[in-house]
Amino acid sequence: MKIHQLSLFLENKPGQLTAPCRELADAGIDIRTLSLADTQQFGILRLIVSDWKRGYELLRDKGYVVKDTEVVAIEVPDRPGGLLEVLKVFEKSAVNIEYMYAFTFGRGDKAVLIFRFDDPDAAIALLNSAGINVVGSVEVYNR
Amino acid sequence: MMTKTAGHGLGGFNPVSAPDYLPVPLLRDLQLARLQQIVRRAYENVGHFRKQMDARGLNPDSIKSLQDISKLPFTVKNDLRDTYPFGLFASPMGDIVRLHASSGTTGKPIVVAYTKDDVEVWTSAMMRAFAACGVGSGDIIQNAYGYGLFTGGLGAHYGGEALGATVIPISGGNTDRQIMVMKDFGVTAIACTPSYFLHLLERASELGVDFHDLRVRVGIFGAEPWSETMRRRIEEMSGIKAYDIYGLSEIVGPGVGIECSCQCGLHIFEDHFYPEIIDPVTNAPCAEGEEGELVLTTLSKQAMPMIRYRTRDITSFVEGPCACGRTLRRIKRIGRRADDMFIIRGVNVFPSQIESALLAVEGTLPHYQIVLTREKGLDQMEVQVEVTAEVFSDRIGALEALHTKLESELEHTLGIRAEVRLVEPHAIQRSEGKAKRVIDKRNLG
Repeated sequence: MKIHQLSLFLENKPGQLTAPCRELADAGIDIRTLSLADTQQFGILRLIVSDWKRGYELLRDKGYVVKDTEVVAIEVPDRPGGLLEVLKVFEKSAVNIEYMYAFTFGRGDKAVLIFRFDDPDAAIALLNSAGINVVGSVEVYNR
Repeated sequence: MMTKTAGHGLGGFNPVSAPDYLPVPLLRDLQLARLQQIVRRAYENVGHFRKQMDARGLNPDSIKSLQDISKLPFTVKNDLRDTYPFGLFASPMGDIVRLHASSGTTGKPIVVAYTKDDVEVWTSAMMRAFAACGVGSGDIIQNAYGYGLFTGGLGAHYGGEALGATVIPISGGNTDRQIMVMKDFGVTAIACTPSYFLHLLERASELGVDFHDLRVRVGIFGAEPWSETMRRRIEEMSGIKAYDIYGLSEIVGPGVGIECSCQCGLHIFEDHFYPEIIDPVTNAPCAEGEEGELVLTTLSKQAMPMIRYRTRDITSFVEGPCACGRTLRRIKRIGRRADDMFIIRGVNVFPSQIESALLAVEGTLPHYQIVLTREKGLDQMEVQVEVTAEVFSDRIGALEALHTKLESELEHTLGIRAEVRLVEPHAIQRSEGKAKRVIDKRNLG
């Protein structure tokens, strides 16, 4: 099950993160998790929000360059080797991980990994056949 | 999607265009007669000009052929500043019905004057300009050139009205209203600067308005240099035909020259404005097709005759006759203004070169600005480019590749390195008139 991630272009200078976060807050859209990738010049803010469609339209209308990307959320046991089990699935496959980040639902001993694959459908097929739990959108958006 | 149908002006020959097709020998005779008259008028009424003629041992009778024009002294922008405000007028104020002035970004503005006849000449030139790009009666022109001291607004306005088109005098600015009017009034032609049109396109798309669904089919863009790549981009994005118009206040305002439907060079309305192209260093006339500075002489302007005015615009004559049948000579689109050129680490750079390099990269939009600084005695050039939804990626690698591509494209075009900075949309200030492309911080300390 693929979920929607919003990516935002930001210049790398003080205060840049505040404005888009305020827009989302004012609209009552909850940020489930985020990751920030940056270079010296610019950054990409990646967001998983409670209502991605509304979030996307809001940010776009406010003049941000925003992109909707399909990512895959995977639940793993929060213990040594938890991530490794997932990575092993892709070790010998042609599927490439573009980037990933992790968060917890605050739910017991589970962590959630967000993966951006070059081919998410192939990745999901591999995960399913390995019996690894791919988290559905409902679970991620509405905790 | 609505079909973009032509107004009544397209297809048939428009009578106002008749002078565009004068047989060349007739046109040359007319030019010589008018040149002799205007030189006499300037000599007899403008002290500055008479002094310069006298110093060269010339008088109005020295002009026996069109070639003799090269004996005449040049007029430069500083002559207009030095004689500010009315020193170059050849008519008493009683005969002058209109004054315009330049924006005067540096120092005093320059002032230009028109008699009733001059306004008529200007109007007829603008009518011919609109007609050349297929605009006529039945068309609705949204005139987004600024009204006021700037010649753009009123020049286009008078021409459009005289042609029998419907003119909306909306002037520049208030972009959302521009889009509403364009949509609700069924506008078929728009006149503004190319950079402002890009801004309109951008805002329209934010408002969910697709230009392809509007009735606008023609854009008449001028008052700033823009590249051929930019034209193609504008046409693709909007579905309109984009025409380049040329003019300058010192000569008359907009309507000195225009592209015809062939879009291969701008016809100069040379029955009123006599063009020469010279080597800006040696002042010798350029050979056909050779690039140089455009020099213009007004052949019929009464209030303020301009003799051999150095435009600082770099262009060349387009060789051979035009497929449209006009006998008027053509110049290449002005991509470079000598005044816009800046020198960085000893290399001459024109903003238009930077524009072309940036547009060579797929998906980029020409919202850019050049910032010049000096660090430890060394000139630095930073080119700021706005990231568009089209080129944006959620992967750092893709953006870095874009960054590298832009830098190498610039280096390839300019021959020197420029640092590219990707900036957020709207980070670069939008202009409602002429875009400010270069910010030079080198002299500020």
